[in-house]
Amino acid sequence: MRDISMERVNGTRQEILDIIKSSTLTHEQKMVCLAGKADSLLEVLDLPEGLDELLNAPIETQCICDLNEGHAPMRPRYIAPDYEKFLKEGSAFLQLEPPKDLFEALNALLIIYKHVPSITNYPVYLGQLDELLEPYIDTVDEQTARKLIRLFLLQIDRTILDSFSHADIGPRPTRTGLYILEAEKELEDAVPNLSLKYEEGVTDDAFMLSAIDCALHSAKPSFANHLMFQKELTDRYVIASCYNGLPLGGGSYTLCRLILGNIAKRASGIEDFKTRELPRVMEIMAAYMDERIRFEVEESGFFEHNFLIKEGLVSRDRFTAMFGLVGLAEAVNLLLEKEGRKGRFGHDQAANDLGVEIMDIIDAFNQSHVNPYCEVTGGHFLLHAQVGIASDIGVTPGTRIPIGEEPEELIDQLLVLSRFHHYFPSGTGDIFPIDVTVHRNPEYVLDIIKGSFRKNLRYLSFYSKDSDVIRVTGYLVKRSEMEKLDAGTAVLQDTTALGLGASKNGKILERKVR
Amino acid sequence: MTKNNETTAVVNKIIPFSSVDGPGCRTAVFLQGCNINCRYCHNPETRKKCIACGECVLACPAGALKRVRDGGGSFRILWDREKCVGCDTCIKVCPHDASPRVRVMTPSQVMERIRRQIPFIRGISVSGGECMLYPKFLTELFTLARREGLGTLIDSNGTISFRDFPELLSVSDGVMLDIKAFDRADHLRITDAPNDTVLDNALFLGEQGKLYEVRFVIAPHLYDGRKSVEGAGRFLLDVYRQHPFRIKLIACRPMGVRRLYRDFRSPSGTELSMLRDLLTDLGYREILLI
Repeated sequence: MRDISMERVNGTRQEILDIIKSSTLTHEQKMVCLAGKADSLLEVLDLPEGLDELLNAPIETQCICDLNEGHAPMRPRYIAPDYEKFLKEGSAFLQLEPPKDLFEALNALLIIYKHVPSITNYPVYLGQLDELLEPYIDTVDEQTARKLIRLFLLQIDRTILDSFSHADIGPRPTRTGLYILEAEKELEDAVPNLSLKYEEGVTDDAFMLSAIDCALHSAKPSFANHLMFQKELTDRYVIASCYNGLPLGGGSYTLCRLILGNIAKRASGIEDFKTRELPRVMEIMAAYMDERIRFEVEESGFFEHNFLIKEGLVSRDRFTAMFGLVGLAEAVNLLLEKEGRKGRFGHDQAANDLGVEIMDIIDAFNQSHVNPYCEVTGGHFLLHAQVGIASDIGVTPGTRIPIGEEPEELIDQLLVLSRFHHYFPSGTGDIFPIDVTVHRNPEYVLDIIKGSFRKNLRYLSFYSKDSDVIRVTGYLVKRSEMEKLDAGTAVLQDTTALGLGASKNGKILERKVR
Repeated sequence: MTKNNETTAVVNKIIPFSSVDGPGCRTAVFLQGCNINCRYCHNPETRKKCIACGECVLACPAGALKRVRDGGGSFRILWDREKCVGCDTCIKVCPHDASPRVRVMTPSQVMERIRRQIPFIRGISVSGGECMLYPKFLTELFTLARREGLGTLIDSNGTISFRDFPELLSVSDGVMLDIKAFDRADHLRITDAPNDTVLDNALFLGEQGKLYEVRFVIAPHLYDGRKSVEGAGRFLLDVYRQHPFRIKLIACRPMGVRRLYRDFRSPSGTELSMLRDLLTDLGYREILLI
């Protein structure tokens, strides 16, 4: 372990004191922040040359960002346990027998959630809830089943205090799935995040209309293109955290992101960007990710000692990593400007074509980079269109068109998106606030989803422009909770603070209503 | 209307994704010109054809309009789509209920604009103005649309008899029909036109299973909505039982209405709900309040 300066120690000590005295953090939030500060004092990773300048820079120039993963990763960033196996076999560590009815199944899940770590310290994956619970749904009468599921979801919202916690349903319609949708529509809570895996012909229209109805009240579920994910990740995949497609029974070691707009700032023009600056930054980021993964696998001890590993609920060889990026729009616009060419990303053919060229370069790099611990995805990372963080200013998530610059017509926006979603098996997505008149025509949304998935879009979210729960970038918050926090009151969920930051820095309340 | 022997229509607007012109996501095509004069018309700029008076040219803040001589000594207004900023000043100042921003298009030109939305749309709806002023155009457009697997709906005020256009009906999924008033005198007062053909169309289309939707615009300042809805409800009950259709009760709102007719009270949600209950009691099922 390398030494650090006393100046840095003292700086951190002051930050620790600030956290302890904070009036807007809850006790749990303080604990998480304090742990982060402890970890920040470590220097145990063998960092690639050139990283410091690209990583430790203000947001105006930063080219690589590790999304606060810390200096000594002690567990994979995203963990997606095989809850089906857990329910089938119980857990020796948790001293739980396999559940026999719905009461026991829900209770068992609520117990294990407390013990599934992640970057947020809350589970980012809560399971394929419909298929997990459907075998138990007839062990109680219908009214009781509905009530139990409602209470289960309520408890999740009030105890898993982070809306990166994600549950999945679909593609098959089930009674459990329907009860979940009915409950979420009424609860209008931010947690859990919810995805419906949609497959035309398997997910019937009636089930979809219930899901859309729910989405227009509570901003969830989002809709995932099941066939697309299945083709890339097989049937054993999950949607976790924001919208991340990951192997079930595994997850992702790490997620770092390229800030493309800032990489473009370093380039003299398009050619320089494509052949020199971008490849160099990608090399460094991949090396950094390799090192983080090496530490997790070889030194952290997680893969030897955690009960999830010991009981086979996750296995090391089902983990991969996410090679993320943001700010394609800024990169394209800036590069065209540097060349003295006209065109805005999202609007002009030349700009969109340049976006595709850049993505092809990133994709090719990723396909040629091999990490020994990513066997599950052929030895490669998965590309990820990162949704941004609260402190981002002038950084558009992933390959999205910047808020405020959306094409006038939704069709034009969708046709642009259809060129980019396919690059990202570990997640991308777009978000559309919808005018309330659509409440009377939910098939409007259904048609857009069907068309989008036929056109190779991957993941779509909708919310009603007037609802309290809204989707910030990938996660959900309540406007009413953001207002409380803004007024200086501590609020239950840590994601509220992220939403508040994003609403101030990222214009998320100004998306074009469709 | 024909151009080089091709059927054409004056197209006011094409909305790529509409959520309010029939079921699901549809491309809505608005044709220019109307044969009646609803006092509450919400898009009066679609009512008439431009006479090239030039008022809009002077008012246009973007310089997107020009008045030019059109061969034979008459004038027409040229609209520069690139310069246009979409501020709607032209249609606000038009003294003639028209718009300079129209295009004369053939069915295949319109189809070209629709094709872009496939596979996001389940169909198209043609509205107006009164689109039944262009029955041949509609027939050709719908034939093309059906070839692409799209649904086809007509939005009509019902004053032109559908009995005369069996070929059009054979390529239409159905009609969304306005019944502006059930009482003949009310209809005349609201629209300057009688409703004999409207009611005949309602029965005829209903029997054919081509009545997709019946709409009532509830405007308390103009007529007794309750009397109208109840009367029409009873009148159509038999055909409804053969081929159910959907009913929309729309609160008349001042947005877009001509200044002369804009000063009125919109009906409340409660008033609409009472009308819905009345129809429900009669046996109607799918009733939307807008």
